[in-house]
Amino acid sequence: MAPYESDDSRTGDEADGTRAGRRRATRYAVPVAVVGVAAATIGLVPAFAGSGDPDLPEVSAQQLIEKIAASDVQRLSGTVKVSSDLGLPDLGGLESSLGGVTGGREGEGSSADPSSRLMELASGTHTLRVAADGEDRQKLSLLDKAAEYSVIRDGDEVWAYDSASNEAYHVRDAASGSAGKGAEDRSGDVPATPRELAEEALKAADGTTSVTVDGTAQVAGRDAYKLVIKPKQSGSTVGAISVAVDAKTGLPLKFTLTPASGGAAVIDAGFTEVDFSRPAASTFDFSPPKGAKVTEGDELKSGGPAGKDGRADKDGRADKARPGGAGDPGKEFEGLNVIGEGWNSIVRFDTGGEGLPSGEAAGGDAGRFLDSLGDQVSGGFGSGTVFTTRLVNALITDDGKVYAGAVTKDALVKAADAAK
Amino acid sequence: MSLAEVAETPAAAGGTPGPPRTPGPLWTLGLLRNELSTTLRRWRTVALLGVLAAVPVLVGIAIKIETSDGSSAGGGGEGPAFIAQITNNGLFLVFTALAATLPFFLPMAVGVVAGDAIAGEAGAGTLRYLLVAPAGRTRLLITKYATTMAFCLIATLVVAISALVVGALLFPLGELTTISGTRIGFGEGLARALLIALIVAVSLIGVAALGLFVSTLTNSGIAAMATTVGLLITVQILDQIPQLHALQPYLFPHYWLSFADLMRDPVYWDDLIRNLQVQGLYAAVFGTAAWARFTTKDITA
Repeated sequence: MAPYESDDSRTGDEADGTRAGRRRATRYAVPVAVVGVAAATIGLVPAFAGSGDPDLPEVSAQQLIEKIAASDVQRLSGTVKVSSDLGLPDLGGLESSLGGVTGGREGEGSSADPSSRLMELASGTHTLRVAADGEDRQKLSLLDKAAEYSVIRDGDEVWAYDSASNEAYHVRDAASGSAGKGAEDRSGDVPATPRELAEEALKAADGTTSVTVDGTAQVAGRDAYKLVIKPKQSGSTVGAISVAVDAKTGLPLKFTLTPASGGAAVIDAGFTEVDFSRPAASTFDFSPPKGAKVTEGDELKSGGPAGKDGRADKDGRADKARPGGAGDPGKEFEGLNVIGEGWNSIVRFDTGGEGLPSGEAAGGDAGRFLDSLGDQVSGGFGSGTVFTTRLVNALITDDGKVYAGAVTKDALVKAADAAK
Repeated sequence: MSLAEVAETPAAAGGTPGPPRTPGPLWTLGLLRNELSTTLRRWRTVALLGVLAAVPVLVGIAIKIETSDGSSAGGGGEGPAFIAQITNNGLFLVFTALAATLPFFLPMAVGVVAGDAIAGEAGAGTLRYLLVAPAGRTRLLITKYATTMAFCLIATLVVAISALVVGALLFPLGELTTISGTRIGFGEGLARALLIALIVAVSLIGVAALGLFVSTLTNSGIAAMATTVGLLITVQILDQIPQLHALQPYLFPHYWLSFADLMRDPVYWDDLIRNLQVQGLYAAVFGTAAWARFTTKDITA
């Protein structure tokens, strides 16, 4: 009978049944306990990690802003996590195929062209790596699944390398003037690091803004102050901007923009790891691998309009999201006005065309598709369509005027009425 | 301390009853060696390893043919990871082959071996003889798990070595560019390739433990294999559904492709460590579940 019974039962008596049952229960308790311990660890560790706000001497908001301004971090390397949830309709593959058209994956362009790649940051969660050593050596890498996209600047050489397609993009900064500048501007267009974002937000700080210091926090293992920037006026879709500022260096470590409507942050960018020592010199040393397709920045002159399109798109998505950036699209459009001030600025421009056909005027499937994306509104100005995201709303009237800003739908309609 | 040991005593001691003998560590090692050679000598195992070795050969030849006219492989970043770099450095074939086999071929092979471990013996009617020999259920189970883990390593190394040989024959070798754009020497590249193979092997211990647990539930080897492979496919599908993103970090295949992070410079450890944690958790949960089941179940075959 031996093998029919369980491990250490040596007696074949009557009590065996219940004993075996109890033993079975105790043995099955082991995997259950392992699951329990794991669940407890997963649940509790973040809670404990978040509870230890550091004790730091008090500072005023003014002192903290000065600290940011005086911050002169030349050398660092770190990992930044950026999540943005602008509430744009998820276009999925359509978006990337559009990117392919403007970036020219099939055309003469290169998938390593910064203008086609940094747009990706406008949605989803991304991990970035930044490294800097002084003014002329910087590196920004966008970590993909099993691939990486890097923009490396070493002196007047700017390289971009896309490991997924093994393509490189090269610009000589000093020599080729405008093209080089263009690429650089473009790579700087989407502010990705918490510092750039914080500087943009502080630019907008004027009479319409309240700036306060709201305690301390631990970010990337460093002690930081939390600076909270809030619009004073109502009507803005921006709820609050919170910036965590490193207590020692004054470097903004984390930037969070929460919408007035509540819910998850629209933009959340913060260091998960930061190190202020000099990065290894080899970090900035790039030469294209054998067989990589290299596109020289100069060759892309004909791709200028494509780059501009991408830029206009980004302005629409990112710059308008910041009140400070509202003046930017002026380069692209004629007849642009800014209505209001501070956080409630609304950009108004005339497309000069018919505008979007709405309601019954819209014919065919395309019209219905557009209608499904926006809401019909009417008021003193006539009627139009409002396209909403979690941060930026835009009203396109039937006579071709566009009003857009980080303000509520009502504020847009009011502005349109007033402008009539 | 199993009943099997007690049962064995009279026979082993030639009929003179004595104190139960505890098998020494050497005996356990012998059992493991025995198990390993039995597993590896099965035609089924040889065929699985043959299929795994053939994948890099196919990938290598396909790329060689595709790029013979000078065009680049996987243009536009399509296809498995690292495929664009293979033509310039054969070492990348190791990474591409592992990335191509890790989602399905490798875990399927491991699932077959793990699913067969206990249920196969039970189905063939040999399990009770194994327990009559002074094995002990816990010891037998640990030996079976160790054999399965050894198979994980062997299968991964078969893919890696086949890929390295094919890559060296068809493409140039030499200094390589990491995906971060920095350069490392061939020696360091080879070391990273070995580390990646080890990480891939460790990535499979979760599915190995799952297969072993399934194997203790049934007496049919085929049923255990099919269930393990079926679970693997189901979990892989769940890992692709965006609505389940809250659940996905706890699925065993979720961080499998994180081995590619070893090719960044500096290495990005976060996902690699998470992968090891998840695999360890699955090994602990299903390993102990298999133990609880196997040590208390009735062995009837």
